[in-house]
Amino acid sequence: MISGTEGTIAAVDIYEDPPLGVRLRKLVATGWSTMLSNPNLLFGLTIIAFMVVISILTILPTATLVARYDPTELALIDRVNAPSAEHWFGTDTLGRDVYSRTVHGTKTSLYVGGGVAIIVTVIGVTLGVVVGYNRVADNIVMRFMDGMMSFPTLILALALVAALGSSLTNVIMIIAIVDTPVMTRVVRAVVLSLRERTYVDAARASGASTKRILFFHIMPNTLAPVIIQASIFFGGAILTEAALGFLGVGTPEFIPSWGNIISSGRAFIRTAFWIAFFPGIFLALTVFAANLVGDGLRDVLDPRLRGEE
Amino acid sequence: MTAETLLDVKNLSTHFRTRLGVIKAVDNVSFVLHEGETLGLVGESGCGKSVTALSIMRLVPSPPGRIVAGKIIFRGQDLLTMSEQEVRNVRGRDIGMIFQEPMTSLNPVLTIGRQLREPLELHLGMTKNQALRKSTELLQLVGMPDPETRLNSFPHQISGGQRQRVMIAMALSCEPTLLIADEATSALDVTIQAQILEIIKDLTDRIGTAVIIITHNLGVVARYADTVNVMYAGRIRETGSLDSVYKDPKHPYTVGLLNSVPTLDLDADARLEPIRGEIPNLADLPPGCAFVDRCDYAVQRCQEEDPELVEVGDLHYGACWEHERVARNLPGVTV
Repeated sequence: MISGTEGTIAAVDIYEDPPLGVRLRKLVATGWSTMLSNPNLLFGLTIIAFMVVISILTILPTATLVARYDPTELALIDRVNAPSAEHWFGTDTLGRDVYSRTVHGTKTSLYVGGGVAIIVTVIGVTLGVVVGYNRVADNIVMRFMDGMMSFPTLILALALVAALGSSLTNVIMIIAIVDTPVMTRVVRAVVLSLRERTYVDAARASGASTKRILFFHIMPNTLAPVIIQASIFFGGAILTEAALGFLGVGTPEFIPSWGNIISSGRAFIRTAFWIAFFPGIFLALTVFAANLVGDGLRDVLDPRLRGEE
Repeated sequence: MTAETLLDVKNLSTHFRTRLGVIKAVDNVSFVLHEGETLGLVGESGCGKSVTALSIMRLVPSPPGRIVAGKIIFRGQDLLTMSEQEVRNVRGRDIGMIFQEPMTSLNPVLTIGRQLREPLELHLGMTKNQALRKSTELLQLVGMPDPETRLNSFPHQISGGQRQRVMIAMALSCEPTLLIADEATSALDVTIQAQILEIIKDLTDRIGTAVIIITHNLGVVARYADTVNVMYAGRIRETGSLDSVYKDPKHPYTVGLLNSVPTLDLDADARLEPIRGEIPNLADLPPGCAFVDRCDYAVQRCQEEDPELVEVGDLHYGACWEHERVARNLPGVTV
């Protein structure tokens, strides 16, 4: 029988998982050092973190600290004021403080971006892995997805908003519905090539079930493209929400979002650029950061790109 | 060999449906493997060696492949009538397999330890902890330097030879009664090949595992196999003990294979004789012997009738009408 190293195990058992605290500390330490070694990721994460902090502050009673004014408070005397010490980003056509609205809009946009990215990733990856492996499911699901993809994204989203009504949750669901076929297709394409690899045969030869092969051997290999795609959808969802807002069917007016602020300033871009400009900057910065994070995460999480040894 | 019969393949036929027609990749193949025995399965590329192995594992890609007939009796049970669940319990547990390409047979995003652990946890119900311990032992047994550290390595961080060592460790981890090594060393350096083969031989001897070595390298077979099956165009053309097949070949294809291997006692100015021609189209085989177009011994009968395996010696079978002439080395009477 195979044996031969009994008694050579050292006093410290290297196979025993260290206590949770030690593991967490180690995780944080490695996470921190990889982040420092990847400036793009660091930069992207800093911006996202900044936006997240702003969002949290606006939810809590600390809102007045960061936002100064109530974002929905009308002040008709102060309509369309240029940026000043009083109103840093100026005021809009109803006299609302653009700075406060932009700051409050941060949470809406992050909520939309994050929500869509998570929903699309979970559904898209699960579906993609299954249809990439099963021909029957592939034919049924992908024909349906093809049908959905044949609609122009925004038109489909418009139609769905018209049908379901415009609430924040609906906006997220609708953008997710529109994006899911793309994610499914990406994952499916990766799985189609992965399933022919020898290690899949090797896994079957060592007795792994189809479910195990799919979710344990194949799914981790789709990580890199999925992360990239998810970060694109994160940014894309914020943009689509803005576009829907721009068309007047997005997030309702009483919930400030970058999209509907930009939309409310679009007619005055020549006379009062600040209404659309400042939330636009926030939006562009966040989308840019999301893409940087996606790129960086892929480099960090894919062992083949990690460049160890 | 008086050991118990481990594997009894009876009239196995595996066909592939392609646009060019049905390809009989494995056609009516029968052989027996006893416990602890090593069987060499030799032949050119595309002669059905690998498909035979995949059929035994029930891993023939389907579609387009399908096992159309036969029985594969493994330890008294027909693998072909088992449910998927039952077969899964055999794979990795009772039959281990090593694949040809060490570069792609390990999952690139999972650590060596993670992959080694899998069959142990799956089949032997070990905990993560136990499985990791066992994995270290296994890596040590296959001669992997610094096994503890290697458990946390990813496949791209180790060499091809080391990957093949990991594959051997994985295939043998549950101490299977049968190991199938499908061209396990063909992609490696010659020096590493020898090391890997020695490891396989050493470990399988210790566990008492029977081995099917699939290779086109007759030297490997000569060194390790007890019995030899020579396959050509989907069929076994000659089978027998290593000695009888190598010293007294009864099929012109075996003769051709042996003549194309360089040996030390070959005269300095002698030339190796390759087998002329190439493998016929498997989708469109001639009515007679599949080897007829490349054969030096062929007569009219070979064009018309396909020879069956007949006893040509003690437990030595060959499928050739002219095996007596082959044995006496009298080629030349061409049609």
